[in-house]
Amino acid sequence: MDLDTPAHEIAGMVSAGMVSAEEVIERTLERMRQTEHLNIFISTNPCAISEARRIDDMVRTGSDPGRLAGVPVSIKDNICTRTMPTTCASRMLEGYVSPYEATVVERLRREGAIIVGKTNLDEFAMGLTTEFSVYGPTLNPRNPRYVPGGSSGGSAASVAAGAAAISMGSDTGGSVRNPASFCGVAGFKPTYGMVSRYGLVSYANSIEQVGPLARTIPDLALAMRVIAGPDPRDGTTAGARPVSDTGDGMDGKRIGIVEQMAPDSLHRGVRAVFERAVSGLESLGAICEAVSLEMVDYSVAAYYTITSTEAGSNLARYDNIRYGYGLDREGYEFHRYVTASRDRFGPEVKRRIIAGGFVPSAGYTGRYFLKALKVKSRLAREVNRLFGTYDYLVSPTVPVPPFRLGEMLDDPVGLFQLDINTVTANLTGKPAVSVPCGTHDGLPVGVQLMADSFRDGPLLGAARALEGIVP
Amino acid sequence: MIGLEIHCQLTGLNSKLFCPCRADYRGMEPNTNVCPVCMGLPGTLPLLNAAAVRSAAAIAMSLNCAPGERLAFFRKNYFYPDLPKNFQITQYDAYGHTSVGGRGVVRLDDRDIRITRVQLEEDPGRLSYEGGADGRATTLVDYNRAGVALVEVVTEPDFEDPRQARDFMNMLADTVESLGAADPHLDGAMRADGNVSVRGGDKVEIKNINSFHDLEKALHFEITRQNSLCDAGRTIVQETRHWDERRRITIPSRTKEAELDYRYFLEGDIPWVAMDDDTVRQIREAMPESVMSRRDRYIQYGIAPQVAAVLAADALCCRLFEESHTDRTAKLIANLITTDFMGVMDTREKRAHSRLQAGHLSALAGAIDGGSITRSQARTILARLSRDGGDMGAMIREAGTSGDLAGVVERVIQEEPEAAERARTNPPTINHLVGMVMRKTRGSADPQETLRLIRKALEE
Ligand SMILES: [Zn+2]
Repeated sequence: MDLDTPAHEIAGMVSAGMVSAEEVIERTLERMRQTEHLNIFISTNPCAISEARRIDDMVRTGSDPGRLAGVPVSIKDNICTRTMPTTCASRMLEGYVSPYEATVVERLRREGAIIVGKTNLDEFAMGLTTEFSVYGPTLNPRNPRYVPGGSSGGSAASVAAGAAAISMGSDTGGSVRNPASFCGVAGFKPTYGMVSRYGLVSYANSIEQVGPLARTIPDLALAMRVIAGPDPRDGTTAGARPVSDTGDGMDGKRIGIVEQMAPDSLHRGVRAVFERAVSGLESLGAICEAVSLEMVDYSVAAYYTITSTEAGSNLARYDNIRYGYGLDREGYEFHRYVTASRDRFGPEVKRRIIAGGFVPSAGYTGRYFLKALKVKSRLAREVNRLFGTYDYLVSPTVPVPPFRLGEMLDDPVGLFQLDINTVTANLTGKPAVSVPCGTHDGLPVGVQLMADSFRDGPLLGAARALEGIVP
Repeated sequence: MIGLEIHCQLTGLNSKLFCPCRADYRGMEPNTNVCPVCMGLPGTLPLLNAAAVRSAAAIAMSLNCAPGERLAFFRKNYFYPDLPKNFQITQYDAYGHTSVGGRGVVRLDDRDIRITRVQLEEDPGRLSYEGGADGRATTLVDYNRAGVALVEVVTEPDFEDPRQARDFMNMLADTVESLGAADPHLDGAMRADGNVSVRGGDKVEIKNINSFHDLEKALHFEITRQNSLCDAGRTIVQETRHWDERRRITIPSRTKEAELDYRYFLEGDIPWVAMDDDTVRQIREAMPESVMSRRDRYIQYGIAPQVAAVLAADALCCRLFEESHTDRTAKLIANLITTDFMGVMDTREKRAHSRLQAGHLSALAGAIDGGSITRSQARTILARLSRDGGDMGAMIREAGTSGDLAGVVERVIQEEPEAAERARTNPPTINHLVGMVMRKTRGSADPQETLRLIRKALEE
C-alpha cells in the first residue's frame, strides 16, 4: 500500500486486516510532516493514532469498522469539529473550538474514517486562490510556485499530496471544483440539499454545499454515499435521496457543450485538454453538441451580489460578544465596540461585507439584489430547459490553468471572472463534478460535468467514464 | 387614533422556535436555557418548530386573518446585543402573502378593528443594566429567552380611545389562552407597542409598555401630550418614544428606528412551508371556538351584545352556559350568569371555587320561567348556592310558597302603575294595593306579609 491508494482500497485492506489503520495513519502523518512547507493544514488531530488503534481493535474482534475504516480524511477548517479548532482561516475565530461536531464529520467518523487535520482556506471561504488566509497561502503540490485554487485549496492540496485520501470541502461558487481542477484531483458539488450543512460555517447559505475531494471518482461516490441523506438538523435536506452506485454508460447520452463557458477567448492550453475530453466522450458513444446559456454572461455579477448579501448577514454574528478574542469592552458603546472588534476581518471579507450592506439596502435593492435574484431564476429556467433534452452539460472547470502565487492578488474583480463556469451549478442548485483530464505545461486542468437535480449518482457514473479515458 | 403592535410568546409550546431549548425560561438561571442554535454559534442552522406554525396560524385564523398558501421566513438585519446572530428571523411579505396571517377584520364592541398582519418570529434575549457605584454602567445579556416563538399582531390605527385598545388586548389574551397557545398572564408573555396620532398629525410610536394597565395609561398620556402641543400651535413630529414606568410619562427614544434599514431577505435555511387546504382545515378543526365567534353565536340567541361579550370571554361561565341553556332559557341564563353569578363571584379565582353547577342554572331558569319563583328570589338562591352550596330543590320550594304571593304582588303593581306611584309618594295609600292583593288571593294572603312584600317591591 502506498499513500496514493484510493480510499475504497485502503478501507478494504484495513477491514481485511491486510494493513493496520495505525500504519496507514502513521504514514499519513509522516507525509503531512514532509509536506509542511506547502502549508496545507491549519491544525492536526492529536488523537489520530489512538483513533486508528480503535479501528484496528474492531477489526481484531470481528466487529464492522465501517465503509471508511482507517481512511485518512482531512476537513476544511470552516466545518466544525469538536477536537480541533475551527478558525475559518480568520483572526476573528482564532482558537475557537466548536462545542458540537458537523453532521458530515459525525457520519465520516461513524464509518471508521480518521480525521487527520483541518485544512487551509480563503478566510470564511471567500476567494479562489487560498491566498486570503490569515495563516498564509497554501502552495500547489504539483508546483509550489503556483496557487492551489480555492477556497478549498488546503483540501485539494492534501489529497494531491497524499496527506489525505478524501477531503471535505465546501462549494459556494466553485470552491471545491476550482482547487480540484488546479491540483489535479476530483471534486464534487452535490445537489443543493443532498448533504447536511449543519456545522458548515455559513458564507452564502442558500447556494453552498459541503462536497468531497478525492483522487478518484469512485472515492467521491463512496464519500457521497456516507455523507449524503436527510439530516434532522438541516431542514433543507428533507428531499435528499440515496446516491446510486453506478451510471449506465455514456452510449447514446446527450451532452451539451455550453458555448458561454468555452468561448473563443478560452485559454489555449485549457481548450486543448477540454477538446480531448469531449472527443473522448464521443468515442464512448455520447452525442456532444453546442448549447447556449445566455444568462451565464450575467451569472458572476448575480453570484457576487447574492453571496455578498448573505455573507453580510451570516457574518454579522461575529461581534466578539459571546465568543472571540480578548478586547477590553471598557468604555465602549455597543455599536462602536462591534465596529472595533470586526476590524479583525481580512481585506476580502471586509470588501464583501461592505458590498453586502450596500446591494440589498433600501434604494439600491431594486438595482442590484432583486436584479440578481431575477438572473438567478432565469438562469435556472434556461438550465432546466436544457436538461429536458440533455443528460449532462460539459465545460472546462476553470477557464485558465493554475497561475502563480500573488499574480491575481491585486485584481479582485479579474479573479471573480474565473468563477464563470462554476457558479451556474450553485445558483441553480445542480450537482457538478470536476474531473482531472490532463495538463498544460505540467499543470493540471479539470473538466466539469453538470447534471439535473438529484442525479448525483448518474453524474458520478459519467465522471467515472470520463476519468477512464484520460491518458 | 391608536394602533397596536402586540407580541405574544407561544408559551404553550415545549420548545423554542428553532431549537429544542425550553419555551418557558422563567425562573431559570441566566444563560442556562441555551444551545448552539439559539446562541447563533458558527455552523448552526434553525430548524422550524412545526407546532409553532400551527399555533400561530390558529391565532391568525381566530383574528379572521387567513394564512398564506406558502409561508416564508426572512432575515431582519440589525446589530443589537440581545440578538445572537445580529439578525432576527421573522416574516415579511416580499413575495406576496407568505405570513401566518394576512389582512383581517375583528369586530369589537360595534367597531371594526382591521388587522394589518400576523407574523411568526423569534424573541431576542434580555438585557439588564447594572449601574456601578462609581457611575459606570454594565450591560448584561441573558439569552434564555432568545429564540422563543413570538406571534406579532399589528393593527391599523382603528382605536378611538385607550380603553378600546385595552379591550382588544384582553380579547387577544382570552383568545391565545383558549387556544392553549400561550399563558398571557406570565410576566412578559404579552407585550404591546402603541402608536398614536391626533388631529391628523404624524404618528408617534410608544414602546416599552409592560402591562395591559400601563398600555391604557401610556396611551392616555401620549394623547394628552399631543393635544396640548397642538393647542399650543406646535406640530407633532414622527418619532419613537419610550414609556417610563416609574415616572408614568413617555420620553423620546435615543435610537432613530425609522432610519434603520433592515435589509430584509429570504432565510434560505428554512424551506417554505406549504399551507394547503388540508393543513388549514386540520388546524381549524383542532381549534376551540374563538371568543369572537362564540360571542356572535350568543348574540343569535337574542342575548344583548355586551352580555354576550362578557359571557364569551370567560371559559368557566361559557361552560356553565353551554351545559344549562335551552333556546327558550338562553337569554335568562346568560343574565343569571353575567349579572347575578359574576356579581357575587367577582373574580376568576372566586368563580373557580364556587359550588354552582350547570344543573342548578337550568333548574333555576325553569322555576323562573314556570312562575314558581321570582327573578329576585332566584338571585338570592344563586348567591347562596355559589357561596355555600346546599339543596337547591328545597330552596326553590321554600321560595315558591312565598313566591306565589310575591308573584301576585308583582302583577298587581304592574297592573296598577298609578296606584303604585301614589303609594310611593303617599305611603298611607298603600292599603289600596293591599286590598287589590287580598281580592286576587280571595283573602288567603297574610296581610302583614303582603304589606312587607309590597313595600319591598315598591322600593325596587
Ligand atoms: Zn436553543
